[in-house]
Amino acid sequence: MAGTQYRGSEITDVDQFLKDADGLASEREKEIGQHIGYRYDVNLVPDYDRITPFLEKYIETMGWDDLNWLEDVHMGYEEGMPAVFDRNNNGWVRVPDTIDLPDNQQDRDMIARELLIKFQMSDRHPLVNLRKAYMKF
Amino acid sequence: MASVSDAELKKMTQDERAKALGMTTEQLTGKSLYVEFDPDAEERFTYPWAPDVDFNKRTEFDCDGKTTTEVNSQIRELMREGYGTIVLKNPRGMHSLGVGILSRLNLIIEGSTGYFTVGLIDGPNVRITGRVGWSCGENMMSGTIMIEKNAGSTFGAAIRGGDLVCRGSVGSRTGIDQKGGTIIVGGDTGALSGFMMQRGRMVVCGNAGKNLGDSMYDGTIFVGGEIKSLGVDAVEAELTDLDKKWLTRKLTQYGLMPDKGVDHFTKVVAGKQLWNYDNLEPSEKKLIL
Repeated sequence: MAGTQYRGSEITDVDQFLKDADGLASEREKEIGQHIGYRYDVNLVPDYDRITPFLEKYIETMGWDDLNWLEDVHMGYEEGMPAVFDRNNNGWVRVPDTIDLPDNQQDRDMIARELLIKFQMSDRHPLVNLRKAYMKF
Repeated sequence: MASVSDAELKKMTQDERAKALGMTTEQLTGKSLYVEFDPDAEERFTYPWAPDVDFNKRTEFDCDGKTTTEVNSQIRELMREGYGTIVLKNPRGMHSLGVGILSRLNLIIEGSTGYFTVGLIDGPNVRITGRVGWSCGENMMSGTIMIEKNAGSTFGAAIRGGDLVCRGSVGSRTGIDQKGGTIIVGGDTGALSGFMMQRGRMVVCGNAGKNLGDSMYDGTIFVGGEIKSLGVDAVEAELTDLDKKWLTRKLTQYGLMPDKGVDHFTKVVAGKQLWNYDNLEPSEKKLIL
């Protein structure tokens, strides 16, 4: 593996990538024209005091004791827009601008988790057609 | 999208189905994909095609003398009949047991299983009373897996989400290429655990073998015992109050909370000294709600 040091920018403000759409702080990021790494702290664990009613119902429906796989889901930012990463189609899902963003990352992460569930379980998810076409499961 | 019923689709060839659904093939260009979707209109918690099971509807069947395909097919048939709790008896080290279950279910396996047990699952709660072979829970997406005894190597390889728990000890390369979720080991783990880890969390209550977290990109590893050695670019980090709160909750949830608490755990993260992005990645497609 090549390379000698971490060359991404540090995240210091919850609105950093809303205020600065490019968010390219380090010289290396400016050089390659994109942000290095995920745009959140992957070590941030969820604060369950901030869970939404929808997510509470989801956990109960699935028979889990906690947020399970959603613990790793965070709200990220793409081109100055809030977005959540959908692992199933390997793409970012932008958060509608009709949704007001709270002023802290934990609440934003809960919104991201809720939206991701709603999108993945909808008939409009891109993989719905793929499943029907290929009938793998 | 063309209006074609599922019954009609099933009669078609794969190519015919793709065409009927309006799908085309094209060179990937990384262009944005716009999808109209109203987040306020959805109130669904499981996949549209998932069978509606009742956790209180319980059944059991004997794996003895059956092939893996027969057992896995039987699980799906029982789910279609609404059974939400299924007990498998006499697994006798069978490989690939319970693979690919993609919706909620309580699956209890009474005994020990072989290679690739409950790999590629997305949703179910699985409890295995015995031991498991290599690659248990590989590529797991969500749900919980609880193993009462020991597990083999590459435990939770490439896991993407969910909780994968082994009360005993596990082999080498645990959580190799982990991309999310949580792996919890009640005992010890072997060499090269957390190799190329990218996201998620691993908790080892006992000791960790040599080269822990070698070449990890991101994610977090917590170790309660001794660490033989850290791998390339893995470094110790400060155990925060939020980490302790999370550890306490997870370990209590699975009955693995050590008598002396969690303050003694060592936190290991990526040093990020080897992070290098010399080439532009293809633009990611974006979905607009």
